[in-house]
Amino acid sequence: MITAEQLWLIPLLPLLAAGLGALTPRRGLAVASGAAIAGLVGSFIVSCLALRTALAHPAEHAAYNFTWFALGDGAVRLGWLLDPLTAFMCVMVTFVGSLIFIFSLGYMKEDPNAARFFCFLSLFAAAMLGILISNSLLSLFVSWELVGLASYLLIGFWFHKPEAAAAAKKAFITTRIGDLGFLLGLVWLYDATGTLLLFDNGAGALEAPALGGMAAQVAMFGLPVTTGIGLLLFCGAVGKSGQFPLHVWLPDAMEGPTPVSALIHAATMVAAGVFLIARIYPLMAADLVMEAAPIHALTVVAFIGAITALMGAVIAVAQNDIKRILAFSTVSQLGYMMLAIGVGSWTAAIFHLLTHAFFKALLFLGAGSVIHAAHHEQDIRRLGGLKGHMKATFGTFAIGMMALAGVPFVFSGFWSKEAILHAAHEWDVSHLPLYAGLCAVVLTAFYMTRLMAETFFGKARTEEASHAHENSAVMTVPLVLLAICSILLGFLGTPAHPWLQSQLLGAEVEAHGIFEGAGLMILSIVLVGGGIGLGWFIYGRNLRAMATDKDPLERASPGLIAFLGKRLMFDELYAATAGRLNTFGAAFSDFMDRQVWGGLVNFTGRFGLFSGWFSRDTDEGGLNGGFDAGSAGLRGSGKFYSRRQSGDAHGYLRTVALGFVVLVIAVMLGGGW
Amino acid sequence: MSSLPLLSLIILVPWAGALLLAFLGKASAAAAHGLALLFSFSTLALGLVALAGFDPAVTGPQFSESHTWIRALNVRYHLGLDGMSLLLVLLTGLVSPAALLAAWKNDRDPALFGALFLLLQGAALGVFLALDFFPWFLFWELSLVPAYFLIRLWGGPGGTAAAYQFVVYTIGGSAFMLLGFAALFGTAGTMDFGELAALAAKGEIARLLPGIAGTAVFVGVLLGLAVKVPLFPFHSWLPATYAEAPAGATMFLTGIMSKMGVYGFLRILWPIFPDHLHAAAPCLIWLALGGVVFGAWAAMRQTDIKRMMAYSSVNHLAYCLLALFAVSYATGRDGLTGEAAGAALAGTLLQMFNHGLSAAALFFALGVIEERAGGKRGIANFGGVRTAAPVFAGLCGVALFSSLGLPGLNGFVGEFLIFRGAWGLHPVATSVATLGLLGTALFLLTFWQRVFHGPARGAGIGFADVTGRERLVLALLAALMLLFGVLPGLLTKLFNPLVTAWAGHLTLP
Repeated sequence: MITAEQLWLIPLLPLLAAGLGALTPRRGLAVASGAAIAGLVGSFIVSCLALRTALAHPAEHAAYNFTWFALGDGAVRLGWLLDPLTAFMCVMVTFVGSLIFIFSLGYMKEDPNAARFFCFLSLFAAAMLGILISNSLLSLFVSWELVGLASYLLIGFWFHKPEAAAAAKKAFITTRIGDLGFLLGLVWLYDATGTLLLFDNGAGALEAPALGGMAAQVAMFGLPVTTGIGLLLFCGAVGKSGQFPLHVWLPDAMEGPTPVSALIHAATMVAAGVFLIARIYPLMAADLVMEAAPIHALTVVAFIGAITALMGAVIAVAQNDIKRILAFSTVSQLGYMMLAIGVGSWTAAIFHLLTHAFFKALLFLGAGSVIHAAHHEQDIRRLGGLKGHMKATFGTFAIGMMALAGVPFVFSGFWSKEAILHAAHEWDVSHLPLYAGLCAVVLTAFYMTRLMAETFFGKARTEEASHAHENSAVMTVPLVLLAICSILLGFLGTPAHPWLQSQLLGAEVEAHGIFEGAGLMILSIVLVGGGIGLGWFIYGRNLRAMATDKDPLERASPGLIAFLGKRLMFDELYAATAGRLNTFGAAFSDFMDRQVWGGLVNFTGRFGLFSGWFSRDTDEGGLNGGFDAGSAGLRGSGKFYSRRQSGDAHGYLRTVALGFVVLVIAVMLGGGW
Repeated sequence: MSSLPLLSLIILVPWAGALLLAFLGKASAAAAHGLALLFSFSTLALGLVALAGFDPAVTGPQFSESHTWIRALNVRYHLGLDGMSLLLVLLTGLVSPAALLAAWKNDRDPALFGALFLLLQGAALGVFLALDFFPWFLFWELSLVPAYFLIRLWGGPGGTAAAYQFVVYTIGGSAFMLLGFAALFGTAGTMDFGELAALAAKGEIARLLPGIAGTAVFVGVLLGLAVKVPLFPFHSWLPATYAEAPAGATMFLTGIMSKMGVYGFLRILWPIFPDHLHAAAPCLIWLALGGVVFGAWAAMRQTDIKRMMAYSSVNHLAYCLLALFAVSYATGRDGLTGEAAGAALAGTLLQMFNHGLSAAALFFALGVIEERAGGKRGIANFGGVRTAAPVFAGLCGVALFSSLGLPGLNGFVGEFLIFRGAWGLHPVATSVATLGLLGTALFLLTFWQRVFHGPARGAGIGFADVTGRERLVLALLAALMLLFGVLPGLLTKLFNPLVTAWAGHLTLP
């Protein structure tokens, strides 16, 4: 049995592996990778035990708190938290993570820095698990930033490539913009409640007394304090989870090695924002009781999620890089999760988070398998015909694709997406998020069909694709395991038997017939079918013959597709606004420093020099030169030195220093004059 | 223990070393370096002795030494050490040997370099320990003389001009402070910090120096301190000075001397002129914010890596002042709580220490880069250093991420406490200050990307990895950054009662 007090073992094992990896020399791949895999598998076992504990009392938030350091009359305290949400997430991260680590053995075996790679992977896993077990928003934030660091190191793993170095920086900076909001939300919450612990026997920030105390306060413009805090914390989630408008870093992050994309930018880190908002759901929802509030925090979450879901899916239609299509699909799916939280069903969000982690990791690793086999060719137009050469990859990828598209009944993505759409349908504020979600359903099915058709069907269109062959078992076995989970996991939370939701909530969720809300379900099945059908109609029927052929959609509407291909020009927009503003600010600050502040000082110096010259009786040495760098007075001392060898000048100085010290010491010891 | 004048020893042992080196003249370089390092380490050793006998629960000065010095002027040789002084003594003990190790390769009259450096070190320690204005000001001014020659004689091509501007500007500021204290002495009859603060707490200072006279004295002292820190916009001397000074001197300038200014704010200006500071705070807060935001922005524009890092110091120290000004601003206003004020002040002290460590490590690393590149400091002269020198890059990276406030390393804790405290006291300023955090990340990572990443370019081609000495210094500093990042309690326990007492004396609304 693992209790909350022992929960620190979960991040500790990968952390030790990271430390060991950092100290191993570059050649020690076996040690570094062995430690990384053993550490994470160990964490997986501990996580499973923790899950068992948590499921014994699902309604309980078992917390273990301790003092980090004393401050004032109180202390800054941290803690670990064990409840089903933490436990399910830990099991998922360690399981998917372990498979990705194993896959990396094959994928990275030729890289000279592979030992370092496993060190960074372990660091990432430790930080991610730190987020999950935190009972304090402070330790959560600490882990959150460390995850950002690990992501920076891994995206920029091939740092000699300028694109990778730039992408790493972009990811760090963009997420940091969100994190500044997170930080302010954190300090506001600290100031308002006096604690950052989530659960603390009734004194935690998520418990009724603190929430009740804050709910009564109004910050500004009639905005309840909890709304302000909630929205600031949500900024952090927007950055980390690639939500509109801070999603721009995620597609660029695909510059990192593909296992990194699977681990960090599909299954785990990007889900941290969703996890955060689910974790602090009571705080996010605290303002719902205030009918008069101008806006509720969750409403913002729902709309941001809806915009992101739709936007990601729209952009994915016009991408040609296999990893970028999956990246935008991730953006879109994360939008679904946020949408679910916003409309009040955080359990549906976590359900989708868990299923998505498996099938998206599967898709990314499948893409990695393709890229590895096709000598780093990532453009789907230049692939094709891989179905025959890579049977295991094709089969598992197809399962992942159907799970993502939401093919009914068998695949997990169907059930979790249904849960979200159902919750959106029940939301009484607006149905716009539901419509956005439904549109994204068609688009998801459509772009994934295109991806399948272009990559696996038809004939190989380049040399690289024609030489591709299936990878070794170390890469295909993880794919098969993930594929199995991508099917089975859905049955944990069907409407007929919503076991997962009940466990997460710690209360029995009413079971419905499997066809509960049948109208919506039928509509969504039709939409999935329509999307796949349309995709097959456009791309599958007339398979591309040449890599250089124009895309059928591009022929139909070149302007639109170009606009989508450039990702709705967000990068250009930010460069033209925030980027310019920043450049201007830097130039302005530098100009002020050199010309105005420095200039004023120089002017004062010159003025002093002038008045000294004017009054004549001022000691020439006393004022020489004013403050100006090259002023005339320096010539005096310059001549003084130039008349002597530098050694002599030093000797002179030494005498001065000597005499000076003797004098001071004599005066000090001598006492009164 | 009580018979041993521990604090005098802390100040005088480095000076004795300076004396010895001055006598030594043209000894072998190795002997000069070794002796200087040995005497420099005395601060850490004696600081640890002080730490062993230090009682954090006592908020007044400990190990006090008080002797009449100039009876006619009521001047006392008064030394004392409280949590804040101890923190800075320990910081000096850590940074000074590292700075001397940065100058290990210097073969131009190492004995003189060591003598001047130890002179500087002792003077700085005097500033942190003296409790009477007269000796304090002596130490304060004395520190300029060796600093001037260190920059002038061992600095880069623009060293002479930079040293000149640095010294004259700082003396210019100090002159106002001296005048201010002369006026204060003239009316209050004492220059002892403790006595003056006690008078101020009773409102006596305001009575003795009413109206414009009091304001003039306050402004004079403020100017002297503001130039030293420096507070925006009195910082224009700093970039050139930090850039042109040799690495060892820059490490001391940014690691220790900039703390002298902040220390002055906390030890002198705030306790003696609480009402004036409160009145000026609405304005001063924006100056501190100017340092935070414009400092970070100006850093982005620099093409000289040392100038860039110099601006980073402007930015980091501005957080210290921001927290103090926010506390002073909020005194007696709504929103002030003991917790918020205590957090802000604890954050200030931590930030002083942590910035000292990280900035010293970064300038050490920049010194290594400069040396390898034969004096080139342009950001465009480098590329791909991480490929050629992975160990150096890793250690330098720790300092870099500490500087941009990555949690888990030391820099974060101080900044977090400052933001936590300042939010309750002045939310608008605190929100604006986050721009500085973003700017810092932006310019530091851009520097990192250009110099360390990408294909090897310029001096980055064949860049030699760390030598044993460089590895030792950087690894020790990195280990300390990690240690104090994970266990900040090691530092906060030294001054937590002191800060709690400060916060407790504030007028709550």
